[in-house]
Amino acid sequence: MKNRSLILKLLSAAIVFGAWEIAGRVPISYAFPTFLESMSALWAMTIDGSIFLAYAETLKPLVLGVAISAFIGIGLGLWIGLSAKFEWLFSPIFIVMQAAPLAALIPILVMVYGIGIVSKVFVVCIMAMPVIVLNTAGAVRNTPASIKDMARSFMASDRDVLVKIIIPAASPIIFSGLRLGVSAGFIGAILSELKITPTGVGDIISFSRSIADYPSMYAAIFSIILLAVIFLNLLEKLENYLFEGNNRGYVSD
Amino acid sequence: MAMSQTKPATAKGAAPAADIAVSVRNVSKNYDDVQALKDLSLDFPRGELTSLLGPSGCGKTTLLKIIAGLLPQSAGQIEVDGKTVTGPGPDRAFVFQDFALLPWANVLRNVAFGLELRGVAKSEREAIAEKYIREVGLAGFEKSFPHQLSGGMRQRVGLARALSVDAQVLLLDEPFSAVDEQTRRKFQEDLLALVANEQKTFIFVTHSIEEAVYVSDQIAILLPRPSRVSEIIRPSSFRNKGVDNIRRDPEYLDIVDQIWASLRSYVE
Repeated sequence: MKNRSLILKLLSAAIVFGAWEIAGRVPISYAFPTFLESMSALWAMTIDGSIFLAYAETLKPLVLGVAISAFIGIGLGLWIGLSAKFEWLFSPIFIVMQAAPLAALIPILVMVYGIGIVSKVFVVCIMAMPVIVLNTAGAVRNTPASIKDMARSFMASDRDVLVKIIIPAASPIIFSGLRLGVSAGFIGAILSELKITPTGVGDIISFSRSIADYPSMYAAIFSIILLAVIFLNLLEKLENYLFEGNNRGYVSD
Repeated sequence: MAMSQTKPATAKGAAPAADIAVSVRNVSKNYDDVQALKDLSLDFPRGELTSLLGPSGCGKTTLLKIIAGLLPQSAGQIEVDGKTVTGPGPDRAFVFQDFALLPWANVLRNVAFGLELRGVAKSEREAIAEKYIREVGLAGFEKSFPHQLSGGMRQRVGLARALSVDAQVLLLDEPFSAVDEQTRRKFQEDLLALVANEQKTFIFVTHSIEEAVYVSDQIAILLPRPSRVSEIIRPSSFRNKGVDNIRRDPEYLDIVDQIWASLRSYVE
């Protein structure tokens, strides 16, 4: 069964890459390289180390922003979920943040925080944090009342209820918020490098485009998608490790 | 329909001398404008099973949760072994209608959870939990997760959890309503054995008349809006005739009919 899902994953990758290769060979556009050209450009960037230098730049705001968003986002989400007053105060901010067109806000951020790493971290946070906060708050509020009652009837302290009931019960939705937040954080990181100052992977993308080196441009785009997918898979592994039973379904009937 | 609020309880059979485990004194409960319980008094004799029976919305579960300390009453007081209840305590354990198991924890941890919250060391609480898992007939399922069990087995986990904290009073909130009919009959027989073997006081909420008459030493009929005790029935003769004979005993059938006659007008 496990083998079969691996085979299916490889098969779907092969179909996508095959279609890419064919579309590049047709070609559907002068600016669309084949899969193999892009991979060889990626290989070249790996050999000369330029991709690693680029990621050293890109990962700084990304990791910092995602870490801040996860830490503050889960904390705020727990608080908002536990307190109706706090929800009333903070929830609208995050709903607005989630709905705001980020690219339009970037000029304001740059005006206030300059073109350095602070603005980029902000962009990542604005992308990643709302979904983490709102998911966490919603999950906390929807903890089944009967298992909270159960814990209290066996004399759980407030802390026990939070640590042993609310957080584990909310964890699947907190983690799905984290996954969405992290992928939004990746978008934010690249967006900030394209819109604020070209550094790292964003620099490779915009520079390659300006000199019409499309294979390198697609190689950089491909590499960031690959990194995001790997990171999300690791997050899923962490969740399964921490909350084993949740993965095995819910008792809801 | 004019029915006096404090109609004297018609006791059938002799009430026990005085050994009262749980005593409810003039308890009222208001939810905003709605009065759920009004001036309700009721005694629960030690070592016996008392059912709270009544139409839906009559506040039986509210009363049970007040006794458990999960809900505050608006007036009146509850005493367990002479001590006034101010919140959940080690002298009471609750069995939930929807089982209230932790889906992320296996059977062993679920059963030991009450002890875990009381700070009992891991090896000790797991030994106790294993004993009660065997007792409720779930040996071999210690490592299973709740969703891998049938409804009946899940409620056995809930029962084992309540038994393992060794509380004097067991509060059961429609514990068998979410399991199938055959499993329920088995549960009812097991419950009779449990009442006979454990020296505990059982308070049992149900909406099934047959179930209440079958398992109870004492049945309190609650009438709704606002809720009060209208009648207390103590079946006497069929209790010791063996579990197989109860359902065809004339007294059993009479009591079932009598209860239905008094509840009928409250069911729309």
